[in-house]
Amino acid sequence: MIWLDTIVQGVLLGGLYALFAAGLSLVFGIMRLVNLAHGDLIVMAAYLILVLVTLLGLDPFVAALIAAPILFGIGWLLQMHVLNRTLGTDILPPLLVTFGLSIVIQNALLEGFSADSQRLSVGPLETASLPLGPVTVGVMPLLTFLSAILVIVALNQLFYRTSLGRAFRATSDDATTASLMGIRPQNIFATATGIAMVVVTIAALYLGTRANFDPTIGPARLIYAFEAVIIGGLGSLWGTLAGGIIIGVAQTLGAAINPEWQILAGHIAFVIVLLLKPRGLFPRAVD
Amino acid sequence: MTMPAQTDWSVETKTRTSTLFLGVAVVVVIVAAFAPFYASRSLIQDLFFILTMLVLAQGWNLLAGYAGLVSVGQQAFVGIGAYAMFSGVILLELDPVVSILLGGIAAALLAIPAAFFTFRLQGAYFAIGTWVVAEIVRLLVAQWKMLGGGTGTSLPRSASREMFGIEFLKDTFGFKTSAAADVVTYWLALALAVATIGVVYWLLRSRQGLGLAAVRDNQNAARSVGVDAQRIKAIVYLSTAFITGLAGALIYVQKARISPDAAFSVLDWTAYVIFIVVIGGIGTIEGPIIGVLVFFALQNTLSGYGSWYLLVLGLLGILIMLFAPRGLWGLFTDRTGIELFPIRRRLTGGPLKKSSKGGPHG
Amino acid sequence: MALLQTQNLTAHYGDFQALFGVDIRLEEGETVAIIGANGAGKTTLMRSIAGVLKNQAEAITFDADKIGASHAADVLQKGIAMVPEGRKLFPSLSVEENLLIGAYGRKGNGPWTLETIYQMFPVLQERRNNPGTALSGGQQQMVAIGRALMSNPRVLLCDEISLGLAPVIIKDIYAALPKIKETGTSIVVVEQDIGQALKVADRVYCMMEGRITLEGSPSDLSRDAIHNAYFGASA
Repeated sequence: MIWLDTIVQGVLLGGLYALFAAGLSLVFGIMRLVNLAHGDLIVMAAYLILVLVTLLGLDPFVAALIAAPILFGIGWLLQMHVLNRTLGTDILPPLLVTFGLSIVIQNALLEGFSADSQRLSVGPLETASLPLGPVTVGVMPLLTFLSAILVIVALNQLFYRTSLGRAFRATSDDATTASLMGIRPQNIFATATGIAMVVVTIAALYLGTRANFDPTIGPARLIYAFEAVIIGGLGSLWGTLAGGIIIGVAQTLGAAINPEWQILAGHIAFVIVLLLKPRGLFPRAVD
Repeated sequence: MTMPAQTDWSVETKTRTSTLFLGVAVVVVIVAAFAPFYASRSLIQDLFFILTMLVLAQGWNLLAGYAGLVSVGQQAFVGIGAYAMFSGVILLELDPVVSILLGGIAAALLAIPAAFFTFRLQGAYFAIGTWVVAEIVRLLVAQWKMLGGGTGTSLPRSASREMFGIEFLKDTFGFKTSAAADVVTYWLALALAVATIGVVYWLLRSRQGLGLAAVRDNQNAARSVGVDAQRIKAIVYLSTAFITGLAGALIYVQKARISPDAAFSVLDWTAYVIFIVVIGGIGTIEGPIIGVLVFFALQNTLSGYGSWYLLVLGLLGILIMLFAPRGLWGLFTDRTGIELFPIRRRLTGGPLKKSSKGGPHG
Repeated sequence: MALLQTQNLTAHYGDFQALFGVDIRLEEGETVAIIGANGAGKTTLMRSIAGVLKNQAEAITFDADKIGASHAADVLQKGIAMVPEGRKLFPSLSVEENLLIGAYGRKGNGPWTLETIYQMFPVLQERRNNPGTALSGGQQQMVAIGRALMSNPRVLLCDEISLGLAPVIIKDIYAALPKIKETGTSIVVVEQDIGQALKVADRVYCMMEGRITLEGSPSDLSRDAIHNAYFGASA
């Protein structure tokens, strides 16, 4: 029974990793941009929520609601004025600029908030739990997982049911021809990054309520997100959720054996999947 | 297309400046080699830092600037090199100087499975893949209790004091033990830096280097003329790992104290290195040399400001990448046309005629 | 003043100059054909007008607007749509989505909707949920034309719409042009197939090596004149 409990915890943790990954996957899918600062942007969003909670005395959920449009704007501006300049056939500029951005964000946060670890408090919800069949699950982990599913459903609806989603896919296929349809690829990319930042806000909310965070934990989140995306197969959001779950379960199982093995177990699961399925579990037919 | 009747073309890579420069470089190396006899100990330590960072930067530049392999996981090879050296000294009781070789070999051995894994990842995802490798190795090494686990360990004092060459320096020139140790590591760093630049220069001028340039410009076209891109990239990846491992081992002979977090630090062994190459000029041999000097100057004047310093470094890197992607050396060559390490093949002689047609049809 | 006009239009790909001072005009409601051999600069001319290639603002005027330096998306919104060479359907989009994306930059209404496109090309309705790239070449060309029409343009630029298609299919595609013309749309047809071009055009330009070498109405132009303008006088 303890194992079943561990696995369920791991699955729910996978929801958090899928939230980390969804924004990364969205941006890569549309403009082939790998944002090395993605993890740091999540941490930055957590600090923004923290500031709103502290200054205005808001509930973290309400604070996230306010933070989301702000972060959309930050993402839009970042893409429009910085990252769009780096796009092209050479992969070096986007990688190095986002790597530099990662360092800038980490150190700006260190300067602004010190290295002390912080936490978003959601009061009694933190310890609340529900019996779910034979196991008991925490309300917050469950909420995290449900949010991940909701985000994926929403992103899929956006992608496949709206005019903006068509423009995303068309621009991803062929930006020049898309511009003949009246689409401005630069705006489309900025909007996509803005939306990714809204997902980042949701990820940050659950990151901050689940455990302590400090300015340096971003790169590790980037790596979990990346592993989830690759395991799932590029371009498949449901695959990304599966990838997140695999990392989550591997980590909780590893931790159950020896707490020092938690992170390592996740990485090793990733390596094994990549060796067995080089294109991930659910590769897209067309690439 | 008709060939000109007189074929007095010749392919050259040398320029007059570069020949002159070669002479200057030899003098610089000789002057540097004698530095321990006239320079202060702190200057020797600074030069050691500059030289080892230069080796790392030349390695990363070879990977990213020439082979298109953008790695953000070079700390894996620094760390494994350093730990292999420590294990050689502590577990096998080898001389630290001999054990440095072990560091290079261990890094090259690590590069084989690492390449097998990361080469499956395309383009930008390769970068994060290399980072994952470094994390895995760091976490594994932290489990190695004989070398101090997560908290790390120090080189036994006796090993450092009895290192190869120290006795000779003490007896012949009257150095103190600790100063003599600095001199030994400094000379090794100088030799490694010269060798690295030499190997990179030779590689880029060789047939393999030409293949590398072809691969960088157009992978498919290169394949169609028989250049095996994956093989060349693998060779570059492995050689860079070896050099990086040697540098890592050497750095930690001098530091004499190791921990997984320090030896596998992405900031120290990759971020700084990338900054050096970017600010100096990626894709040139001169770039990292300029870059490491600029970096050292910034480090000395600004590092007291802690995170502000890193913030500025990051911003500077971003600005250079956006507005002067070929770095300081690129700006310099654009103005002057000077190349000190010419690796481009230039056609000279013969009647040069501008190609009359090209571009897309329609 | 003509609806669409280029004045001393030039274009370069790096060091290679593709257009040397091209002047053409298109009147409201007119169909103009631009013929010429491969490499004559026809596609470059179309891409310049559509805003894919940037130019001096005053090199191209449309309805009194200087559009030579405008972004392709702005050019479309002003009312110029292009059927690009090679059709360029979006592989991730279904047939119907390919048509719908054509209306992305549309302002206001006009004769062309999904319904009227399907009336003109009924086969597309049957295959509306297929990926665009799963269709035959002729059907893909229909999608590309329909996609451009979905913006209800005042000018439709058709770049080599017969390229790579069987003659019987070309006939079907060209049968659509009079219907499009009936709605008042002005059309520029770029063709290597002179016969097709002369059938639909009110006026013809012939291009060679980046220059306009001949202009006239199809009935005025002799075979020899076209032949000379097309291949050069010496050929």
